[in-house]
Amino acid sequence: MTLLASAPGAPVRRRGRLVVRIGPFSAVLRLRGAATVVLGALALLGTLLASLLIGHSDVPAADVIATALGLSSDNQFTVWQVRVPRAATGALVGAALAMSGAITQTIMRNPLASPDLLGVTHGASVAVVAIAVAGGVYGAVSGLLAQLGVPLAALAGGLLAGGVLYLLAWRRGIDGYRVLLIGVGMSAVLMNVTLWLLTRGEVTDAGRALVWITGSLNARTWENAVPVAIALAVLVPLALLGARSLDALGHDDDTARGLGVRLDRDRSVLLLLAILLAAIGTAAAGPILFVSLAAPQIALRLAGGHRPPLLASALVGAVLTCGSDLAARSLFGAFQLPVGIITGSLGAAYLIYLLVLRNRKASA
Amino acid sequence: MTTPTTATPPAAAAVAAGPPETGARRRRRAVGLLVLLAALAAAVVASVTVGTNPLSPGTVWQALTSTAGPEADVIVHEIRLPRTLLGLLAGAALGLAGTLMQGHTRNPLGDPGLLGVTHGAALAVVLCIALLGVTDLLGLAWFGFAGAALAAVAVYLVGSTRGRGPTPLSLALAGTAVSWLTYSLVSAIVLMDQQTMESFRFWRVGSLVGRDPAILPQMLPFLLVGVVLALANGPALNALALGDDVARSLGHRVGRARVVGLLAITLLTGVTVGACGPIAFVGLIVPHLARGITGADYRWLLPYSALLGAALLVAADVIGRVVAPPGELQVGIVLAIIGAPFFIALVRRRRLVRL
Amino acid sequence: MTEPPPPQVRLHAEGLRLGYDDTIVVDGLDLDVLDGTITAVIGPNGCGKSTLLRALGRLLRPHAGRVLLDGAEIRRRPTREVARVLGILPQSPQAPDGLTVADLVARGRHPTQHWYQQWSSDDEAAVDEALRLTGILDLAERGVDELSGGQRQRAWLSMALAQGTDLLLLDEPTTFLDLAHQVDVLDLIERLHTELGRTVVMVLHDLNLAARYAGRLVVMREGRIVAQGPPSEVITERLLAEVFDLEARVITDPVAGTPLVIPVGSKHRTEGSPVPVV
Repeated sequence: MTLLASAPGAPVRRRGRLVVRIGPFSAVLRLRGAATVVLGALALLGTLLASLLIGHSDVPAADVIATALGLSSDNQFTVWQVRVPRAATGALVGAALAMSGAITQTIMRNPLASPDLLGVTHGASVAVVAIAVAGGVYGAVSGLLAQLGVPLAALAGGLLAGGVLYLLAWRRGIDGYRVLLIGVGMSAVLMNVTLWLLTRGEVTDAGRALVWITGSLNARTWENAVPVAIALAVLVPLALLGARSLDALGHDDDTARGLGVRLDRDRSVLLLLAILLAAIGTAAAGPILFVSLAAPQIALRLAGGHRPPLLASALVGAVLTCGSDLAARSLFGAFQLPVGIITGSLGAAYLIYLLVLRNRKASA
Repeated sequence: MTTPTTATPPAAAAVAAGPPETGARRRRRAVGLLVLLAALAAAVVASVTVGTNPLSPGTVWQALTSTAGPEADVIVHEIRLPRTLLGLLAGAALGLAGTLMQGHTRNPLGDPGLLGVTHGAALAVVLCIALLGVTDLLGLAWFGFAGAALAAVAVYLVGSTRGRGPTPLSLALAGTAVSWLTYSLVSAIVLMDQQTMESFRFWRVGSLVGRDPAILPQMLPFLLVGVVLALANGPALNALALGDDVARSLGHRVGRARVVGLLAITLLTGVTVGACGPIAFVGLIVPHLARGITGADYRWLLPYSALLGAALLVAADVIGRVVAPPGELQVGIVLAIIGAPFFIALVRRRRLVRL
Repeated sequence: MTEPPPPQVRLHAEGLRLGYDDTIVVDGLDLDVLDGTITAVIGPNGCGKSTLLRALGRLLRPHAGRVLLDGAEIRRRPTREVARVLGILPQSPQAPDGLTVADLVARGRHPTQHWYQQWSSDDEAAVDEALRLTGILDLAERGVDELSGGQRQRAWLSMALAQGTDLLLLDEPTTFLDLAHQVDVLDLIERLHTELGRTVVMVLHDLNLAARYAGRLVVMREGRIVAQGPPSEVITERLLAEVFDLEARVITDPVAGTPLVIPVGSKHRTEGSPVPVV
């Protein structure tokens, strides 16, 4: 089709793109984005493998692999009940948090936005700390209830806080900036409540609670991994379907509306997706610091483009979390650091690096 | 990159000389001042009388002027009076620091904590508990102050472009980064050492309870310098509100104004965090409240913020004493619980301004 | 309720009351935009031009009144469907960092795309054509944030063109452009109108260009339409004085034959002027 009677020139070639057209079906494949996804998947495989091979009890690599492939049953417990579920939880949680971050940053048009500002992580923290210092689940009760009670409480707390935030932020539509401001307010309250709760209980309970609110993968089992896997199986396709709206939501509201985007509906749906992803990830492993914030930005820099890519962000998040957990549990001998401390320090270093790089560019 | 930053309302457009004076504005300021002073006086009276051992104002007056019996004397001189004074100083300091921070970052969410001072102080306190075994609050106060100052310097350096000072955005980013780093380190140390955790978790919730009265005279000189610097920073902030380039073209030395402002924030917040622990929310909400009275002119906004901060903190402290008998609720918690709903209402009501 | 407007009316506004929160900017406004015309909305700063345009383009919900697009209430129609008929270029559009010009222009195809059909050959042709028409083909791979003001304005216009709608609402399409490029853009709009019969409503600041390119002027002041009609009838010295508080002469444009506004200014004011005319 041509707009005007001017002579149509040769079609414009765009570098680094592959256009696929089959019948009515058509799509653009960005080569750099695709390469990032492939590399991310390979890196994830590598990290998972390393997580299986390295661990507290010395099991020869060959035996681990044999057990993992079902050829041997010597180390059934170590491999299938300890290492595999822990690595799987780490990867899944990392993916969920990162994807949530990618959606949040795009909707809010702010690279520093993260699901922490959706109230989810702080809400979950309040719930878990309250249980812990009430001397309940963590201290006295063990077994199944301890395994399920904490994640369920976290999920409930997170979703409740996310829901309240959403309702408070709704005023003739959802505005990204208003969500951000209200999120900051809510986070401050919830964080202070958490701090106060920490002063109420026994110091050992407070310590356990602190481990949780830093984000930890210690002793994670299939009970933690499976719900996240199911949730991701449902939410990831939904998020990918919303990717086209995300593109338009990167613009100002008028432009997006002018392009025929149903702004309030799309933004609400995506925001709720982000809240769900963050709540589920947090419920399984605590609010692992910084993953939701940095993974999307790292993925953006790797893949190029104008907004954090969803799939690549999820893969980067998975690698980051799983790899950090590997470091956290093997660097300090018998003492297992919560993974959140590694990711948090990495995050700070990364941000400082970005700033210094930018400043050097600015003064050059 | 889009970041949440506010534009100053158009009223501030005439900035260098301050917005045009209107009668209504002047009346509002005068009435606001009277109300503020009354509130402050009421909060102070409540603070010296209310507690587990209620005293009548008359008894307190007697204790102050001569004597009201040994028990009342001790309560007034050793407990209530120092606590009230600490609340006044801390509130005024945090109110000022918050206003300065929002001015320098041009961000309505600017909180003194954004400069990394809170977590910097926390790291110093934790190190000092864990390595030196210091647990008395007077000793911790100075380590906290030192940590806050170091963190602020680090944020300034990381946020600065070579040869030029930091921009509002790079300042916020650097503050976030330094806060993360120190927070992670604090968590790591606290988790490995339960004894440190025991002392630290109480320091971490800001409170006016049980502070050594000796801290007051030690705080004063630093706070005085901070207050003078802060008030002197007002005219420059009026110009900076229009952007660095405009401020420069109006003849302000942007780099120097920023250094003065950040120094004042560091002194005011650092000393307060050291003495009382981190008290959230005063620095965040006071500027918004004060702006409602004075408008956007920082020369008025700064002193009003100090008064308002002092009244708010003392009042919150009194509320914390009576809401959960027989115990007390720390002032930081009270502030968060009453402050946040207010803040959220503010965000919902106001038409959102952004840059 | 009035009768349904005749079919040649593309956009019909009746009883519009528009504003933001509690401030009302436009009140009791009626307007018809006829098919195949170029309408320019003019008026002093803050008179509600952009607000009106946003309401016509369903970006702003009226406090009262309604806007009909081709006879049906615009806010009741699915927004995607509207986007295939009506394209709007807002006043200060924003693009995310790192977006290339080609990507931006491709956004214009959003209303016609589906999740299974993201880049048809029609899309490609329309985007190439839009880039060519605005003369920014060689900027296609550049980032939007690297462009100069004028280049960026043309990129946005290009996006609106790629949308391929026969109704275009443009809010100051010539801002940031030098005079030569202003004329280029307006020539392009005129060609869209004459060769393809596109209907255009635009907000313009330059009265002379508005008079030259628009078939119909709508003059606003303080939220109301004070005059409308062909430029030769609308642009008069009295109207300029009343609407813009501007003392000016109106002569005939020697090139186009349309009215040409020559402002007088204080230096050349004859009566009661402290400064003598040189």
